[in-house]
Amino acid sequence: MSIDLQTVKKIASLSRISVTDTEAEAMVPELNNILGWVEQLGEVDVSGVEPMTAVIPNHQRLRDDVVTDGNVRDKVLANAPQAEHGFFAVPKVIE
Amino acid sequence: MTESTYRIQGATGEWEVVIGLEVHAQVTSNAKLFSGAATAFGAEPNTQVSLVDAAMPGMLPVPNRECIRQAVRTGMAIDAQINKWSRFDRKNYFYADLPQGYQISQLYHPIVGEGQIEIVLDEKNPEASTKVIGVERIHVEQDAGKLMHDQHPTSSYVDLNRSGVALMEIVSKPDMRSPAEAGAYLSKLRTILRYVGSCDGNMDQGSMRADVNVSVRRPGEAFGTRTETKNVNSVRFVMAVVEHEANRQVDVLEAGGKIVQETRLYDPDRNETRSMRSKEDAHDYRYFPDPDLLPLELDDAFLEECRQSLPELPDAKRARYVNDLGLSAYNATTLTADADTARWFEALLAQGARIQKKSEGEVAKASANWLLSELYGALNRLGKSLDESPVGPEEGAELLALVADGTISGTIAKQVFEIMLETGARAPAIVEEKGLKQTSDTGAIEAAVAKVLADNADKVAQYKGGKEALFGFFVGQTMKAMQGKANPQVVNELVKKGLAG
Amino acid sequence: MPSALSLSKGCTFLQEGLGFDRLSPNGVRILTDLTDLTVAEIRNGFRGGDFSAREVAEAFNANVTAAKALNAFIVETPEKALEAADAADKAKAAGDSLGALAGVPIGMKDLFCTQGVQTTAASHMLEGFVPTYESTVSGKLWAAGAGMLGKLNLDQFAMGSSNETSYYGNVISPWRRAKTDGGRGDNAALAPGGSSGGSSSAIAARLCPAATGTDTGGSIRQPAAFTGISGIKPTYGRCSRWGIVAFASSLDQAGPMARTVRDNAILLEVMSGFDPKDSTSLDLPVPQWEANLSSDLKGKTVGIPKEYRPDGLNAEISALWDRGIEWLKDAGAQVVEVSLPHTKYALPTYYIIAPAEASSNLARYDGVRYGQRDLPDGAGLQDMYAATRAAGFGPEVKRRIMIGTYVLSAGFYDAYYTQAQKVRALIARDFELAFEKCDLLLTPTAPSASFALGEKQADPLAMYLNDVFTVPASLVGLPAMAIPGGLDSAGLPIGLQVIGKALDEQTVLNASLAIEERAGFTARPDKWW
Repeated sequence: MSIDLQTVKKIASLSRISVTDTEAEAMVPELNNILGWVEQLGEVDVSGVEPMTAVIPNHQRLRDDVVTDGNVRDKVLANAPQAEHGFFAVPKVIE
Repeated sequence: MTESTYRIQGATGEWEVVIGLEVHAQVTSNAKLFSGAATAFGAEPNTQVSLVDAAMPGMLPVPNRECIRQAVRTGMAIDAQINKWSRFDRKNYFYADLPQGYQISQLYHPIVGEGQIEIVLDEKNPEASTKVIGVERIHVEQDAGKLMHDQHPTSSYVDLNRSGVALMEIVSKPDMRSPAEAGAYLSKLRTILRYVGSCDGNMDQGSMRADVNVSVRRPGEAFGTRTETKNVNSVRFVMAVVEHEANRQVDVLEAGGKIVQETRLYDPDRNETRSMRSKEDAHDYRYFPDPDLLPLELDDAFLEECRQSLPELPDAKRARYVNDLGLSAYNATTLTADADTARWFEALLAQGARIQKKSEGEVAKASANWLLSELYGALNRLGKSLDESPVGPEEGAELLALVADGTISGTIAKQVFEIMLETGARAPAIVEEKGLKQTSDTGAIEAAVAKVLADNADKVAQYKGGKEALFGFFVGQTMKAMQGKANPQVVNELVKKGLAG
Repeated sequence: MPSALSLSKGCTFLQEGLGFDRLSPNGVRILTDLTDLTVAEIRNGFRGGDFSAREVAEAFNANVTAAKALNAFIVETPEKALEAADAADKAKAAGDSLGALAGVPIGMKDLFCTQGVQTTAASHMLEGFVPTYESTVSGKLWAAGAGMLGKLNLDQFAMGSSNETSYYGNVISPWRRAKTDGGRGDNAALAPGGSSGGSSSAIAARLCPAATGTDTGGSIRQPAAFTGISGIKPTYGRCSRWGIVAFASSLDQAGPMARTVRDNAILLEVMSGFDPKDSTSLDLPVPQWEANLSSDLKGKTVGIPKEYRPDGLNAEISALWDRGIEWLKDAGAQVVEVSLPHTKYALPTYYIIAPAEASSNLARYDGVRYGQRDLPDGAGLQDMYAATRAAGFGPEVKRRIMIGTYVLSAGFYDAYYTQAQKVRALIARDFELAFEKCDLLLTPTAPSASFALGEKQADPLAMYLNDVFTVPASLVGLPAMAIPGGLDSAGLPIGLQVIGKALDEQTVLNASLAIEERAGFTARPDKWW
């Protein structure tokens, strides 16, 4: 499964990382090299093997339904590049 | 089981509509699905946000037991497969209302599998108009935050109060075939959720909203391409979306066009749907199991508690009302359509049985009739809902008991009820104070009958000449003379006797 | 034992606050630089009144200030170190109970969120980000009395094996190739390893006695090996991940780095423990690892995985491994050969799973709530994301996000991600079977000694191969420790790795202690900075 320039651009777009044509072109052999290498996994016989779900046997604990957090708007907004009137602000979105 | 005959008459012939609903229902809980922030509606922006909800670096999710429990109970309420092993997946996309850059949801292993919901299309004729709609799955996921576009000319504002609130996504099978079926399904689902207590069903506050999948086809042919209209927030709008979208699709197809699988938005002001291109490029969600969470494994004790805590559900309740209480199918359906109504009715029954020392079955019919006609009529007039009723179940039961034991007549009962609504006084006190007790004093009634007959000698003659319908007239006049307080049965007998004399 | 810098009957250094004196067994006063002391020695010396916590903090602060050339710190916090030291001195004077690390200053990898102190993950993306919260692990360290010398440099978002991906510049290893090495000796700047390269460099250069690290595929162990120190990655779930900038959630584990096994045990005890805020945290008591340290390995069986000795394995590494086997035998252990047949697939498995998780974990860096924002004129929301992320992430981070995005994308998920998780299950089974025959495994830590900065940068794959021996234990969450074993012919440290059964850090520490005692590794880099 070799990837081309078009695919690199598509992945970049899905990743929300803008790339110039030159950057994208440079990434084609680089990513192909890495992907070609990881594809050796395809040769492993995994029939009857379940994908790993938990690294160390452990079970999911559940929290009690109690309000223990919130009311920390100052902390939530403290590092915001743009915060106005208690909101985060972003470029206008047209839905 | 009924087959829908709903068809759209196109220029080229008939079209059948195929509908599936994905309903997002906010789980009733104090805290969010993965954080300890509150879920209450209407708080100041970004005040109900924890650092987890804001997706600060290094923040991690821990699931809320109550949200899991409510999803399981909901699944049990629709007879669904409960998956003891499920897990959370990440749905990856970028949007300003999604701080993590992914929504924690369940794609591969949802907590609830297939179930079903029975809908009734004609409440007056429930047996003949019942249809079973399949439910594909229910999974638990995070809600997104909210974007506000109208506060600033060049910026949108982000409020994360809803970010991370628990939702159940309840996905139906494409089993509905008409706007009415879609509406009935959503209403019934809402009823069930409110019975179970897993969602408050407040559609105007966004606690429940539906993504409406619509396609059309020639009857009997394969499914057509569907569109998905997002975030429709009332039963009426769901029906309107189906109708509008189906007609739009028929127009497109008959004009030789093709339906594009797309996300659409409903505009209730214009009653139309439009394409929502802004979300189109986000189709590759790259779902994968959330590595911050472990698989969710439910033990038997947890499931048993969920099952034990389920209330009697609307279908069972309706059947019991018909079979055990002897109510009409229509009344049973109406009384069980809403958890609050049924609760009120059952309180009325319990009080009635207690006061009258009878079984609930014996007081059921009169209670149902009074609730559905007298009480509902009054509340309608007052513009109040049942839980705002000035007259409670115990007060209502006292009033009905006075009728049942012959203390007052039905007519007087209506007057007493009006006074109760106005003054808040209780029925026995009103009857006592105003002297409204009906009399069985035959002497007084005989005197009144005699006077009525004497005053209406012409009508007596007509009656005797065969116009027996006048009997009611004499009874009415006597009752009027007695100011409504005479025992109607005694009046009947004495009028008969007087006319025979 | 701390190395003796000078012998003196007087005590001039003491007055300058740079050292302390004590009597050697033969009654000679030995003046020791405080920054040569181990954590245990600082702890004990402070409690015993040999020196004050402030003296220790000042000594390390001075070393930090003098070592800019190493670029080990992104932010220096001398005032924090002094503040904790003064608190310790005060508590001691008042006779209050002292925390396990009272009087001990440490370095904090800049992947741990520290309240009020900029936390960057060595990325431009988080430049200026000041957390309003403290990570669980760093919070435990401060609560135990430790003081913070500063935030240590690292590979950007912990992605790298040479510390060359930091936005804040390369960390330089204090080590240099010996001039005596057959003409190869040079002054080339060497890699301190990665991603915890700031930690390893700072400890080796005596800028701090210990530091935190995090290990996703070897990020504690490989830098420890490159710089002649030791470090342990505990069982996955021992240390809370809450408040640590995430790289790959199913692999990330915090752990200590220090110069001795004992110091690692001391720190690990403080850093470990159940955290209800981390769903993957293990709800188990923390063992008394330090108290139970013992280099007696009688009754233990050491497995030697044959797949870790591929053709072409560096001869000096191979020879060290053989010496390590002898040391463990000498400590009383049995040695058996075991097989981990899927070893060769561990690295490709890792390079699917780690980027996949990272691509999603790093989606939150979008310029909306914190960190950098790049908003070109007239840009919409999605343009802002793309511009912010293009400007904020370095090339290696972008590369891994792109790979991760690709392997999760529609049509490829099963072939890559699901397949990798299945192979991961097979790798776990390999270890289970091996541990039926033995109690621990001994392997090299890295396939080579440190290399020159820039040497492998052009070839990502060559860089990835550095983690070949460390990644398998990461994939299955096992405790593993790197221990220095000696110097290679270029005078650079090379080390061994001990891998244990899940939750059996004690055996890992004990075997490492046995190696430490026998290797007698006392080499240290000559100060050039």
